[in-house]
Amino acid sequence: MIHRNTVFQLAAGLRARKFSSVELVRAYLQRIEASQPALNAFICVTAEQALAAAAAADRDLAAGRGGALAGVPIAHKDLFCTEGVRTTCGSRMLENFVSPYDATVVAKLKAAGAVTLGKLNMDEFAMGSSNETSYFGPVKNPWNTERVPGGSSGGSAAAVAARLVPAATATDTGGSIRQPAALCGITGIKPTYGRVSRYGMIAFASSLDQGGVLATSAQDAALMLREMAGFDPNDSTSVDEPVPDYVATLDAPLAGVKVGLIKEFFDKGLDAENERRVREALAVLERLGASLREVSLPSLPLSVPAYYVVAPAECSSNLARYDGVRFGHRCKDPRDLQDLYRRSRGEGFGAEVKRRIMTGTYVLSAGYYDAYYLKAQRVRQLIAADFKRAFSEVDALVGPTSPTAAFPIGAKTADPITMYLNDIYTIGANLAGLPAMSVPCGFVGGLPVGLQIVGPHFAELRILNIAHRYQLETDWHLKTPERFQ
Amino acid sequence: MTKSSGTILDGDSRPRGGEAQEGSSTKSSGTILDGTGREPRSGWETVIGLEIHAQLATRSKIFSGASTAYGAPPNAQASLVDLGFPGVLPVLNGDAVRMAVRFGLAIGARIARQSVFARKNYFYPDLPKGYQISQYELPIVAQGALEIVLDDGSTKRVGITRAHLEEDAGKSLHEGLGGLTGVDLNRAGTPLIEIVSEPDLRSAREAVAYMKKVHTLVRYLEICDGNMQEGSFRCDANVSVRPKGSDKLGTRAEIKNINSFRFVEKAIQYEIARQIELIESGGKVVQETRLYDPDKGETRSMRAKEEANDYRYFPDPDLLPLAVAEDFIEAVRESLPELPDEKAARFSSQYGLSAYDAGVLTASRELADYYEEVVRTVPREPKLAANWVMGELAAVLNKESLEVGSGRMPAARLAGLLTRIADETISGKIAKEVFEAMWAGGEGADAIIASKGLKQITDTGAIERAIEEVMARNPGQLAEFRAGKEKLFGFFVGQVMKATQGKANPAQLNELLKKKLPG
Repeated sequence: MIHRNTVFQLAAGLRARKFSSVELVRAYLQRIEASQPALNAFICVTAEQALAAAAAADRDLAAGRGGALAGVPIAHKDLFCTEGVRTTCGSRMLENFVSPYDATVVAKLKAAGAVTLGKLNMDEFAMGSSNETSYFGPVKNPWNTERVPGGSSGGSAAAVAARLVPAATATDTGGSIRQPAALCGITGIKPTYGRVSRYGMIAFASSLDQGGVLATSAQDAALMLREMAGFDPNDSTSVDEPVPDYVATLDAPLAGVKVGLIKEFFDKGLDAENERRVREALAVLERLGASLREVSLPSLPLSVPAYYVVAPAECSSNLARYDGVRFGHRCKDPRDLQDLYRRSRGEGFGAEVKRRIMTGTYVLSAGYYDAYYLKAQRVRQLIAADFKRAFSEVDALVGPTSPTAAFPIGAKTADPITMYLNDIYTIGANLAGLPAMSVPCGFVGGLPVGLQIVGPHFAELRILNIAHRYQLETDWHLKTPERFQ
Repeated sequence: MTKSSGTILDGDSRPRGGEAQEGSSTKSSGTILDGTGREPRSGWETVIGLEIHAQLATRSKIFSGASTAYGAPPNAQASLVDLGFPGVLPVLNGDAVRMAVRFGLAIGARIARQSVFARKNYFYPDLPKGYQISQYELPIVAQGALEIVLDDGSTKRVGITRAHLEEDAGKSLHEGLGGLTGVDLNRAGTPLIEIVSEPDLRSAREAVAYMKKVHTLVRYLEICDGNMQEGSFRCDANVSVRPKGSDKLGTRAEIKNINSFRFVEKAIQYEIARQIELIESGGKVVQETRLYDPDKGETRSMRAKEEANDYRYFPDPDLLPLAVAEDFIEAVRESLPELPDEKAARFSSQYGLSAYDAGVLTASRELADYYEEVVRTVPREPKLAANWVMGELAAVLNKESLEVGSGRMPAARLAGLLTRIADETISGKIAKEVFEAMWAGGEGADAIIASKGLKQITDTGAIERAIEEVMARNPGQLAEFRAGKEKLFGFFVGQVMKATQGKANPAQLNELLKKKLPG
């Protein structure tokens, strides 16, 4: 049962030569192959390259070399550019796009010795909350394959939950790491905006996108993040701050830590059973010595409308480069330039992407810019100010990650607004650029529920510490779906 | 006219004194206005504003490390960033910022301590990202001004609203591709500053004077090579007319992408005449973008305002606001060279030159440096040096489309010639002959004077002998002179000069003739 190991255990086992990376990679590749029909978590599996990289890692390990993740198999969300490997972004537009370069995150994990098994399914261009917008078909939730895994990092979350990889990269623009982590019963962290380089991470909404990790524990997330984070001269928005050793101080006791409950998150939209699980988790934190208090962030309920102005505005511009001229999908026999644009983009993008491009184009148009885009930016400032005020009183904020557990596939696809409301608790951290996590805190009707922890800028250590102490007390994160034991 | 010498030494830089300016102006306007008899039309005032695009002379592009060198095979200098590949991000080139600040300080503008890059969104194949990164609401340079000299010698202050940093687009190629369009992205991402003037210009001549002034300045500052043929310096002209005395602006047309001073003048003159005629015949100027066709000498509508793009500007989230620190600005300020106006003033006072001469000689840094190098060798002859640099030298450079820095006539070599004029080894007239030989053969003045035996005769005895021979050969003229026909003095000067192959020292000759002729 080698796949029951954490990244930590695997790295240690490899170093102790208990098993080889090639053995490990073979085992995981088998699991991936076996589960693909049921879960559809992967868009492409790079078995050959993975085995070659594993053999190289084994040589390094035998020679006493290799980074912190030497020989450990992982997989990337398919919006991280991987040199020589298809990088589709879940879109027909990039179905045949082979990246000529590695994203900084990919290069860093490679340098740490991690072995990439393949590219993970996702909502098209990371736009979605259920992984149903992927051109490559929906991903299924390993806990119940009739249900969604959440999105947009649904492939990453399902793969980790089903132990097809011990950890995976993911990105979070409005909750795309935390919400699928919650719905799949795993641990996910979206670091502070600027902590992880966006270079080579195909953009959805540049001011909100942030790379992060999905793993089975806070400890693994800390280890992965340590290897991924850091200043990148290729990304002007990455922050030139040293990366602390997220692993070293995970164990710090919680005594005296001040935790705030976000009042606005315990609203009518929150499923009562979910709320119970979250409150049970808060009781655990209290038992661990944390002091709890309710904190109000009055502007937070405006985050969904603000987000659905800012994110589409940025995406409408970011996705303009997909024009059929230099790469990506090009329509057959274009009559002229306009025809090339219209059909290439019309055929290459799916409905949700088009909806957001149109929304974004509209809100940036002359005469509407002030009413929408500028106003949304002001709301964003208000929300950031709310968080700042709250963090002058508490060390971390907690609440639910998602209003409900995983919903049935197809249940919300007809009504985009209902779908967008899935992100109601997660978007605030993106708008304010704050680090945030989701950790498993129980089940409702056999489906996992997530606890969200939000910290001040660059306080990844603090939220990882809270999550880790919680996971030392509880075993929700150790539960695995029966079908994928 | 080619390259940088275009500003000063080209066809419309005139003999000193400015007497030909009138002629030059009628010459260029004549084609359009004289034919239709519209030239003297009064009652209208023209309002012009220019948007000048100057390519910054950085080695790499504004947001990528790719080279900006001109002339590489298509797409050889386009990096993944320039190609707009998925996932890539822009990183600002600090040198471009330094150059923009240099320009801002040189025009006495406000340097924004914080400016913002914005995306200008539109679709075009040579615009790889589907947007151009530019500056919109908060440019790096705002509220500066330049002074220009008008045709009547007076000066005028032209306001500069703003100058902002932006990236250039690529090029679409339509020829030789069998009906297809090719895209060359070598130019994509090249740094530009767009310099936007106030609508302060009132004629095509003023517009050209302003554009030349900016051209001179950016080259002084070494922030732009000014090469107009390669598109490093080009402009859009906003032109409107209104009844004299009106303070309301007329509807303007924008003439795009004009890349020579001559075309700017012609395009604007054509456009003024077109608008006046249109209004006077009961029509209305529509706001539109027009293109100048240099072959036909006319502007043509490119697109109307209704067809104009909505660029959906918004701050580029990939780039943080650009903060420019105080000490950075001060360091740039300290590195500024002597600017054209300061240099011209110094030339006037230090060398006793006229304002016009000082202006011509300081129109480019290379020319000014050349002049000063010459003067260092003949420090007592600054005017002689000015005359030669602006006269003989300018003429031959012009004829062969060369720049002063081309090396064909190093300053030291010209100075060598002037030294021989100053020490009376040769006369000014002989010097022209020597100069021609120097230009043709590349030899120094002394070698030519020696080999051709052009050394001036200053030996009194030799000149006297020549005079006596001439007197002996021309007894008739001598008698007439002595009978009172003093005009014949010149005849004897000429004859002696001829006899000495022009080498007799003119002053000595005069003296001796005055003594000898009367008998």
